[in-house]
Amino acid sequence: MATAVIMPKAGMSMESGTVVRWLKKVGDPVKVGEPLLEITTDKVDMEVEAETSGHLLCILKDQGEQVPVTQPIGYIGTSAELGKSVAELQGSSVGGAAGAPTAPAAEAASKPAVGEAAAAAGAQRVPSTPAARRRAGELGIDLAQVNPTGPNGEVKLRDVTSAAAENRVRMSPLARRVAEREGRSLSGVSGSGPGGRILLADLAPPPPPPAIPEVAPASPQPVAAPGETRTPVSGKRKVIAERLSRSMFTAPHYYLRVSVEVDHLLAARDGIGATGRKPSLNAFLMKYAAEAIKRHPALNTSWEGDAIVSRPAIDIGLAVAQADGLITPVVRDCGSKGVLAIDAELQPLVERALAGKLLPAEYSGATFTISNLGSFGIDEFTAIINPPGSAILAVGAIRNEPVIDPAGAVVVRNRMRLTLSCDHRVLDGAVGARFLRFLADVLEDPSRLLL
Amino acid sequence: MPENQYDVAILGGGPAGYVAGIRAAQLGLRPCVVERDRLGGVCLNLGCIPSKALIHQADLFASTAALEEMGIAVDRSGFSYRKVFERSRQVADRMSAGVNYLLKKNRVDVLHGTGRIVGRNTIALQDGTKVHGRNILVATGSRPRELPGFPFDGHTVISSDDALMATALPGKMLILGGGAIGCEFAHILAGFGCGVTLVELQEQLLPLEDVDSASIVTRSFRRRGITVLTRTRATAMERLETGARVRLETEGEKAEELITDQILVVVGRVPNTAGIGLESVGLGLQRGFIAVGDYYQTEVAGIYAAGDVIDSPLLAHLASKEAEVAVEHMAGRPTPRRIDPGAVPAAVYCEPQVASFGLSEKRAQAEGIPFEKAVFPFRAVGKAVSIGKHEGQVKVLVDPGTHEILGAHIVGESAPELVHELLLARTAELLPEDIARMIHVHPTLSEAVMEAMRAVEGWAIHM
Repeated sequence: MATAVIMPKAGMSMESGTVVRWLKKVGDPVKVGEPLLEITTDKVDMEVEAETSGHLLCILKDQGEQVPVTQPIGYIGTSAELGKSVAELQGSSVGGAAGAPTAPAAEAASKPAVGEAAAAAGAQRVPSTPAARRRAGELGIDLAQVNPTGPNGEVKLRDVTSAAAENRVRMSPLARRVAEREGRSLSGVSGSGPGGRILLADLAPPPPPPAIPEVAPASPQPVAAPGETRTPVSGKRKVIAERLSRSMFTAPHYYLRVSVEVDHLLAARDGIGATGRKPSLNAFLMKYAAEAIKRHPALNTSWEGDAIVSRPAIDIGLAVAQADGLITPVVRDCGSKGVLAIDAELQPLVERALAGKLLPAEYSGATFTISNLGSFGIDEFTAIINPPGSAILAVGAIRNEPVIDPAGAVVVRNRMRLTLSCDHRVLDGAVGARFLRFLADVLEDPSRLLL
Repeated sequence: MPENQYDVAILGGGPAGYVAGIRAAQLGLRPCVVERDRLGGVCLNLGCIPSKALIHQADLFASTAALEEMGIAVDRSGFSYRKVFERSRQVADRMSAGVNYLLKKNRVDVLHGTGRIVGRNTIALQDGTKVHGRNILVATGSRPRELPGFPFDGHTVISSDDALMATALPGKMLILGGGAIGCEFAHILAGFGCGVTLVELQEQLLPLEDVDSASIVTRSFRRRGITVLTRTRATAMERLETGARVRLETEGEKAEELITDQILVVVGRVPNTAGIGLESVGLGLQRGFIAVGDYYQTEVAGIYAAGDVIDSPLLAHLASKEAEVAVEHMAGRPTPRRIDPGAVPAAVYCEPQVASFGLSEKRAQAEGIPFEKAVFPFRAVGKAVSIGKHEGQVKVLVDPGTHEILGAHIVGESAPELVHELLLARTAELLPEDIARMIHVHPTLSEAVMEAMRAVEGWAIHM
């Protein structure tokens, strides 16, 4: 009896995964718990382990293919079942990781049975180098469509790279050559030629020649920098771009700004720090935000097209910059935790985020997000809402500013600017405004939380 | 719209005017064309088309020598140039009728008469009829230029118009002007056995063409008995009872006198800008031409000009393209902002034929433009040798870094047809390697193009 290997659902927000590569070939024996294949999701690569022992009977989804979660991507069974058609396997199969096979899984397996059967026989596996397979997976390129130049007809990395270059941009050979030679940027270039083809005239003007220093003529001229370089978009970058664009272009954003006095907050933080570990400012902000959300539960909802979904727990994400992108580790249920507990969870999450080691469960499903660019000295900015949340708080730097106190005297206070981006589909202006006003008030005077 | 109200009123029905009319109709505008003579202009009636008919017949006549080589006796006693002439008129008439049909089919109104601009939106005909156009396109073309001291008289000193309408051949013809028109007439007349002296002021025939193309043509002309004199000026003329005596001065040499039956003066053309009412709308001239902007609009709003009346090369196909751009601009359609002068082809139908576009070596050297060149000779092309047309070559100039195609100069059989592959490569920004790698039919003359492109990349096979 064959068992379907399904695309696992590795996190709340995971809708699909991409097969990076299979670690087993069709016919290989596999043991329970043995790594079977690698997949990539929004933000991490992970291994899928075999749920059962037997032989890998067939591979339905090969490298580079994106598959909705819970859909079958292969079958494991006895050696006697090798060579059986997918339809036969599917008829006899039990579900994989999730237990029973889900409805869409059965549907998907039964429909394209003929084509899949050929794949099952392994006949269509494209000979390729591991580097080429990996790259093709990242770029979402079908290896069968790539011109192989390897000695035995296998697809090499360079073939994938050049296929990617050709696929992505329609441009004249001359424009391509000039762009390559002069390192001209193609980002944002729209082609004026037939069918949108990029012509030479469409390329950005050449980088200005390096200024010739007027002094020190004795020193040799540095070799002119080659200018810009062209880096293919990584899978992760693609995900970030896609998610943020979708948020920006589908959620009607509006922005609310306040300036907050944070002397109380800083004093409280220092006070706690005097007796032990000083919690991060972000942990405080998360706590305050959670308290404000508790009193304004509309903020803990998300737009799902035909319904507005309220979340029971206040799960707050914090945007963390990585070398090659950004990620939002999430502290769960901030509403029921204190600042110290939040801080204790947040610090290791941030460290693991920086190291790129977060698991999907640790970075997905934030109902509210904080993005703090204060440490960069940014006074204020607007952030793009991080779905499924409906609002994001952009936090600026703390500055000493002159303030007129109630007695009319000019005094210096620590102030910070907050900008709240709200999804107008869920949150009307007054709702967002009441929330932000409350948050500002309690940041200035925490005792209000006792009222 | 009232009957005499148009979106565009076009003055002149030549290659600019009639094409503008059809294009305007295609774009949903209501156009009319005012023509004083015959539709199709100089090109169809007194230029490109009838001259090609004469050239074709001259080639047929000359090829009878090849029949004799096969042992076929040819009796030329019944030859009549009038028949040749009549054939060329049939062709011209047929083409002009074709234009008439196309305009009718596209519902372009044609008004016969001499028109004159009398207001920003109004053209008046001689008979008092007025047509109003939201836009006016001036496409009045050009006429042959006179040479001082050699005024046209229609029998001894003639223009290209006269030469095309001649019903008999002169015994001896002196052609003043070694440009495209002069070379084509030299080819025609020599083909029918006339004695031809071809005089050019500049140092090469076809001064606008590549130096190699010109010298290959010169060599071929001289071999056929045409006297070619370059750096030579006609300074005086004395009319004789029949014909004339002409004084020719060649730079650095003793002046010479030559007696000829006729003198064909082909030293360029002048734009037809007088008497068309430009002054009524305050439209001035720059060096005799109407000045235009990127979309061929003049300084008077709503008035455009295209073809030989503006300062651009005298080429029918360019005039048509300019007119298209002008009309597309009037219609508010996207249109190229400016025609790339480096992508305008030119052709000369002498023997051997010449075609080119873009950068020439001469200009590159004068302007310090870096280039690399590749040349492939026709004598290494099987098809050229087998049809006895081994005289010729394909020359391509490319950017030394990117190999962008900067210019091409083809001389030899079918050069005007061959040039398009290279021109397409230039306009589509293909690179030499694209053509070099494309399979070309064997045997064809196009293989010369492929091999020249391979030569750019350093791997021509047959050289």
